[in-house]
Amino acid sequence: MSVANLSYRAVFSLVLKRDLTIAMRHKDDIINPLLFFVIVVTLFPLGIGPEAQTLSRIAPGIIWVAALLSTLLSLDRLFKSDHSDGSLEQMLLSPHPVFILVLAKIVAHWLITGLPLILIAPLLAVLLHLNEQSYTALILTLLLGTPVLSLLGAIGVALTVGIKKGGVLLSLLVLPLYIPVLIFATSAIDTASLGLPYSGQLAIIAALFFGSLTLAPFAVGAALKVSTN
Amino acid sequence: MWKWLHPYANPEVSYHFAGKIIPWLSALAALLLSIGLIWALAFAPADYQQGDSFRIFYIHVPAASLSMGIYFGMAIAAFTSLVWQFKLSDASAAAMAPVGATFTAIALFTGAAWGKPMWGTWWIWDARLTSELILLFLYLGVIALHNAFEDKNLAGKAAGILTLVGVINLPIIKYSVEWWNTLHQGSTVSKLGKPSMSVDMLWPFLFCFLGFILLVSVIICIRFRSEILARNSIRPWVRTLVSQQLAQEKANDV
Amino acid sequence: MSVNLAANTESALISASNLTCIREERLLFDQLAFEISAGDIVQVEGPNGSGKTSLLRILAGLSQPYEGEIYYKKQLITQSREEFHQNLLYLGHLPGVKGEMSAEENLNFNLTLHGLHNNADEIEETLSLVNLAGFEDSLASHLSAGQHRRISLARLYKSSAKIWILDEPFTAIDKQGVHSLEQLFKEHIKQGGCVILTTHQDLLTFSPSQVRKITLDYMGE
Repeated sequence: MSVANLSYRAVFSLVLKRDLTIAMRHKDDIINPLLFFVIVVTLFPLGIGPEAQTLSRIAPGIIWVAALLSTLLSLDRLFKSDHSDGSLEQMLLSPHPVFILVLAKIVAHWLITGLPLILIAPLLAVLLHLNEQSYTALILTLLLGTPVLSLLGAIGVALTVGIKKGGVLLSLLVLPLYIPVLIFATSAIDTASLGLPYSGQLAIIAALFFGSLTLAPFAVGAALKVSTN
Repeated sequence: MWKWLHPYANPEVSYHFAGKIIPWLSALAALLLSIGLIWALAFAPADYQQGDSFRIFYIHVPAASLSMGIYFGMAIAAFTSLVWQFKLSDASAAAMAPVGATFTAIALFTGAAWGKPMWGTWWIWDARLTSELILLFLYLGVIALHNAFEDKNLAGKAAGILTLVGVINLPIIKYSVEWWNTLHQGSTVSKLGKPSMSVDMLWPFLFCFLGFILLVSVIICIRFRSEILARNSIRPWVRTLVSQQLAQEKANDV
Repeated sequence: MSVNLAANTESALISASNLTCIREERLLFDQLAFEISAGDIVQVEGPNGSGKTSLLRILAGLSQPYEGEIYYKKQLITQSREEFHQNLLYLGHLPGVKGEMSAEENLNFNLTLHGLHNNADEIEETLSLVNLAGFEDSLASHLSAGQHRRISLARLYKSSAKIWILDEPFTAIDKQGVHSLEQLFKEHIKQGGCVILTTHQDLLTFSPSQVRKITLDYMGE
């Protein structure tokens, strides 16, 4: 046995590996939000009508709103079980910066929920007759945008994790914060469908990504301290 | 440098100080508002394009500015509370939140009511109205989070973090909504722009604006006092205060 | 008000000054001050709801007191977080054991997170010390609450932390387990550590003079 100071990278990968291991042994957590995503998207043609023109017009909005909602649904797993079995407080009591621990957990969350969304999105885009020119834009916006959803969402869960019925409250806290991502992502896809350059919108989403990447873990850390109090 | 502030960090001193300024503030608010509103609604000239419906501007604009202003006030309070552990800041933020939400709702309703004669519909997705709606959601989130905690101290901290996150996002949301609005503007609707004001409109507006600011300060002071009491209910000075109050009521009954 | 009561004794590992705790508008304790030095074993006692758990959580830095400060070797724990946490082992009511991981993985993760590297043999050996030999590879979700507890207690055998804060460590532990834990405490304080704990039963193998007590009976009014 030896006592050693772990490097930040070692701490990061330790927590990341742990969360991925747990998720792989609890596959419902990965599959259910994904199923939710698919079902919500299929409801729209049934509610609106199957005309290809209408559907392709509203496809970016539907896919993105469904992505927001399914992320919201999956956010709970980020801290809830760790909070209720006491492992969260043990992590906060470790000598490592909370920033690193939180970031590792958020990255794990994105790998488990955000990445599958991106993989399945093209399939749903086919169902909604999304304009062919827009596929790249759809994937790129999801790649840059879903991490923002995980990062901002983490703040909401961290704040509500100690509250008994925090689920509905979580959506009230988090969804307004998602609005800018929604606006710029859907507009990028729309612009792409017209064959116009959409790098401006992508740049803004990238800025949102880097902004939340640097600030959100601090807010999450502060919020977790309140919630474990 | 901050030494002069120190006595006010004491809840008891702040409680009594707020109590002392409330009558002055409310008298001034009543004076300014009655002058301002009567002037604005009865005597100020009607707008040459919008007619009398323009008069709702005298309420809408102060309410809209206050809704933003109070949110920034909350954010400042939250910041001082989180950084310097200044307990009274939590009480003041908690006092502000519902007032801010109410003024946001007033701004939304008056905005919609203004829209009816202008656009023939109660609601359009105008950039300012949409931002105001999202601001209302942010307020309601803060209030709901505050209410969800049983411990007032924790509630204040959690709500404070959310307020700060909100205040960073607010400009981004505002910008994105404005951008979205210009992108999707099909037919040209005239926006709720600030009309060029003539001097005989400006004066009643200033009276109304100042009056509303004072009114808000009075309400916040009253709420601040009750927040202080609720947070310090175990302190001896609160107990003496309550027992004095009860004794007085009893005496009045007899 | 906040007189620095803490910085008196040289050997104080952890000290509290002017601690006031209010929970749900009830005053649990007021102006509490004490010092705990190397070699101390301290039992926090008081009736249910008197704030024992709150006090331990405040000492560990998990909860913030309404007023007052905690010092680790004369430094505020908020300012020397890293050093303090390296020397702190807190075990609360919740074992911090994940059902989706095996006993071995759980212990290994918790030790590694706190900077202790172990090979599989050492982990196995440690688990056998808490009577979990043969359960190394069982998923924790298949184990009982008492076994979860023991997985978390196993960390004590490997810990290099000076300060142990233990909230009811003996629940769901049999008599022999209690006995060996107490031996472990003795070893620990002999090596310059300290133990702060709550427990319903009295410590068996310690004489009353060896155990310092902090009694919480300030039940509001």
